[in-house]
Amino acid sequence: MRITCPICGERDRREFYYVGDAVALERPDADAPPEAWHGYIHLRDNPCGVTRDLWYHEQGCAAWLVVTRNTATHEVLGVALASDEKGEAR
Amino acid sequence: MRIGGEGPIGRGRRIGFTFDGRAYQGLAGDTLASALLANGVRVMGRSFKYHRPRGVMTAGSEEPNALVTVGRGGLQEPNLRATQLELHEGLAARSQNRWPSLTFDILALNDLASPFFGAGFYYKTFMWPRAFWERVYEPMIRRAAGLGALSGAPSDLRVEKAWAHCDLLVIGAGPAGLMAALTAARAGADVIIADEDTRPGGRLNAETIEVDGVPGRDWAAEITAELSGMDNVRVMTRTTVTGAYDGGTYGALERLAPEVAARPGAPRECFWRIVARRAVLAAGALERPIAFANNDRPGVMMAGAVRAYVNRWCVSPGRSVAVFGNNSDAHRTVADLLAAGVHVSALIDARHDATCSLDVPFYPGAQVSNAHGRCGLEAVSILTPSGEEKIEAECLAMSGGWNPSVHLTCHMNGRPDWREDIAAFVPRPGAVPGLVAAGVARGDFSTRACLQGGVAAAREALTALGRTAPEIDIPGAEDSRYDITPIWSVPGRGRAWLDFQNDVTVKDVRLAAQENFRSVEHMKRYTTQGMAPDQGKNSNVNALAVLADATGRAIAETGTTTFRPPYVPVSIAAMGVGGRGKGFAPQRLTTSHELSVARGAPMIEAGLWYRPSYFPAPGESHWRQSCDREVLMVRNAVGVTDVSTLGKIDIQGPDAAALLDLVYANTFSTLKPGRVRYGLMLREDGHVMDDGTTARLGENQYLMTTTTAAAGLVMRHLEFVHQCLRPDWDVRMVSVTENWAQFAIAGPKSAELLNGLLDAPVADADWPFMSCGPVSVGGVGARLFRISFSGERGYELAVPARYGEALFRELVARAEPLGGGPYGMEALNVLRIEKGFITHAEIHGRTTAFDIGMGGMVSKAKDCIGKAAAARPGLSGEEREQLVGLKPVGTVKMLVPGAHLFEEGAEAVSDNSQGYITSAAFSPTLGHFLGLGFLRNGRARHGQRVRMVDHLKGVVAICEVQDPVQYDRDGGRMRG
Repeated sequence: MRITCPICGERDRREFYYVGDAVALERPDADAPPEAWHGYIHLRDNPCGVTRDLWYHEQGCAAWLVVTRNTATHEVLGVALASDEKGEAR
Repeated sequence: MRIGGEGPIGRGRRIGFTFDGRAYQGLAGDTLASALLANGVRVMGRSFKYHRPRGVMTAGSEEPNALVTVGRGGLQEPNLRATQLELHEGLAARSQNRWPSLTFDILALNDLASPFFGAGFYYKTFMWPRAFWERVYEPMIRRAAGLGALSGAPSDLRVEKAWAHCDLLVIGAGPAGLMAALTAARAGADVIIADEDTRPGGRLNAETIEVDGVPGRDWAAEITAELSGMDNVRVMTRTTVTGAYDGGTYGALERLAPEVAARPGAPRECFWRIVARRAVLAAGALERPIAFANNDRPGVMMAGAVRAYVNRWCVSPGRSVAVFGNNSDAHRTVADLLAAGVHVSALIDARHDATCSLDVPFYPGAQVSNAHGRCGLEAVSILTPSGEEKIEAECLAMSGGWNPSVHLTCHMNGRPDWREDIAAFVPRPGAVPGLVAAGVARGDFSTRACLQGGVAAAREALTALGRTAPEIDIPGAEDSRYDITPIWSVPGRGRAWLDFQNDVTVKDVRLAAQENFRSVEHMKRYTTQGMAPDQGKNSNVNALAVLADATGRAIAETGTTTFRPPYVPVSIAAMGVGGRGKGFAPQRLTTSHELSVARGAPMIEAGLWYRPSYFPAPGESHWRQSCDREVLMVRNAVGVTDVSTLGKIDIQGPDAAALLDLVYANTFSTLKPGRVRYGLMLREDGHVMDDGTTARLGENQYLMTTTTAAAGLVMRHLEFVHQCLRPDWDVRMVSVTENWAQFAIAGPKSAELLNGLLDAPVADADWPFMSCGPVSVGGVGARLFRISFSGERGYELAVPARYGEALFRELVARAEPLGGGPYGMEALNVLRIEKGFITHAEIHGRTTAFDIGMGGMVSKAKDCIGKAAAARPGLSGEEREQLVGLKPVGTVKMLVPGAHLFEEGAEAVSDNSQGYITSAAFSPTLGHFLGLGFLRNGRARHGQRVRMVDHLKGVVAICEVQDPVQYDRDGGRMRG
């Protein structure tokens, strides 16, 4: 698998550390109800198809990346800096 | 035997080698198989299950029979294919799966019992008694059946790994591959062309075909020379592309030439990962056998292999050769044999309408029904339209047609398509993104079609790469039609082999179908067809054709099993190269490492780091003596220890304080510059992640300390919190763990030691407990922190790492006159247990801040990671197991980490467990064992007694529950 880091360019997946669904970006407010925290911490979809993952370029530039890929075809559809994605959302 | 001929081998020098201890001679350029054939050796192996004598069948990596072992001990390599093993001086090969010798093998008795050994035999027979399976049946079966074996010694084979990148990877260097590479190379693309043979050319090396009016092999050499001379091309011979993976990544195994591998320090193999923007699969095809009774006799070979031995290696596999086929290749074989002066005793063509222009006994519409000669073919029986005949032959060259090598196109879950006109599977376009098949691999069988196909495939790749394909003339070559009438098995009595390597016959596949293992995947597993090292290269299509026939289905409908990487066997040593020993766990050494080792300290692993366990003094023979002395040394004088392995993260920026407030449970924005604070870090699920001290070096600069184990984890976490949660914050962080060497100086005389060393003395008024700041040591800028992990007055002095060794030497030299010295991890551990300081033994991932008695540290005034989740019911309260101190008060005076705690009268079973011990040590300060552990509602149970039971070590001790801080509870010694 190859991931194109927006900072470093195309690299082998061995340079990256995988954490899971990009839902981790959407941290609830401190006073959010327990259901919101439960969903944020524990609940993850397991889609056959397009998914958004967080990857960390640990052996590169230390950037956190949002990788959009297809779990069925393994196609990588897009890579963005998590800080950019988060910046747009805010 | 060796014959005259045009093959390049004729000019080779002589090479001595041995097979099963007997000395032979071959020629440079020989494989072990061709050299053995040249010496008249016909039996090269024994079969897997029945121990049948077997001879070489093919001339390539698909060889199922001629498997040998070379080397001894850590250099022993089993199951090497004699057809690929390059002859070199001193080669000593041994046959496998036979005893006492290859020609007389006791276990050949299995062959007589074969009526009992059909498909599913083990499943049906060794059912009862159940306990016998592992202890009796399996070891017995494993001894009786098998191929080569490893020596059992750790592997000493040198293997390397490498990466390569290219625009176009061409897999296979036959006519299609060479033309594809040439086209792309002339267009300026970066090209890698890989072929598993020792020389490019593919079938051109084995045939008498002409290309562009010259012998095919000469044309291939010319093209190879042009390619090798170009800067943008890498020609990789002896390199098998083994797998296709996501993102245009391909695995490839390169075998180095024997003379190269023999150089000092050179590897035997190299495992490549090749990243290619585009790929052309020009891997050719594998010829398939025909199943008839005793078709596994030594001397029954593939027709294409016979042509290779005759044309390339100038070896005749027998004094008289019969040829049996169902396609036009049979005639080509006869022509080549006749041209080489080999006697051809019959041409048996299964096609009824076949005609023959060659001067040999010709049997159209006939089939070979049996083979005779146990240790070497003597004759074959044939069924002709007019009856049965017996024909003498020492070799039978058979061709059941060709299977395009579709394997790589199926590695990403693709399935091949059945083509009725050539009776073969061909790759489905687009099965592997970026890869196109060309030439025979695509089902184009004539040489001219291959040359054209290679150019066309390269054009397609070049277009995708945005390059313009150059004009290329397609060389002239034969363009004959491939004509085949499928024939899978010849009816008749006797066992007819499909899978030679795993001893699977037509009868076994029919039995599987009869017992309702009708799916090709079930049949495979029931019969083990295709599960040997050749992975069914020689047998898959035949077996599923037989299955299709037995189940009354079409071949396309029956389908294939799944092709998976690797295409050829790859040793674990090659695939995992670099992953052993220090490659798996690199060593991180502190600046004091050599001095510690020189003082006799045993070094223990702490993550990837190595830290001194203890420093033995003269006369000490047990670690406890050293440890006890070091503990008392720190308590009474001064000790020095290296703490550089703790993670150090430099955090800077206007929002550094805000970041720390979010990641730590407690508050850091209120910390004054020049001060240090203990911090507790939670995971978002409310459990403790890590702890450590963080110093505020300036208004906008903090230096965070993590535990040794969690340094990487915390760094990643901080970047996550910043980039993924608060990218708007202006803050940056960097790990400086390896930039600073840091030493703890602990004990009542620590200030005295420091003041002799620092350029300006430190006074308590300026340096109270938990203060920090810059100091100078011998003119070198350093950092001093007044912190303590021992419970004594303590400092940590940090210098740039290049001064670490000198500083440690100086600290120890100055400590010794004060009655002090270095101390190791054992003493460090005792000191912290006495003080109730926690490590990852306590914050092991399932404990909360409440559990360790730090619930009050979770600030109510601000949000922090883990705060919401930590407030969940069940993560605090009486039911929780809480941190306590323990000391033995019964007759047994010992505590054991990992032991569980029970009520005094309760039975020691898991349902009754009240908690467990996490850390324990003998305290020389207090004169008895001490423990830390977790006990249900433990903080309310100080003074009570519990029973500790360690079922593993058989230790039972009555303990008293007490405060985790068991020494100097008010901290007076530490604060000074």
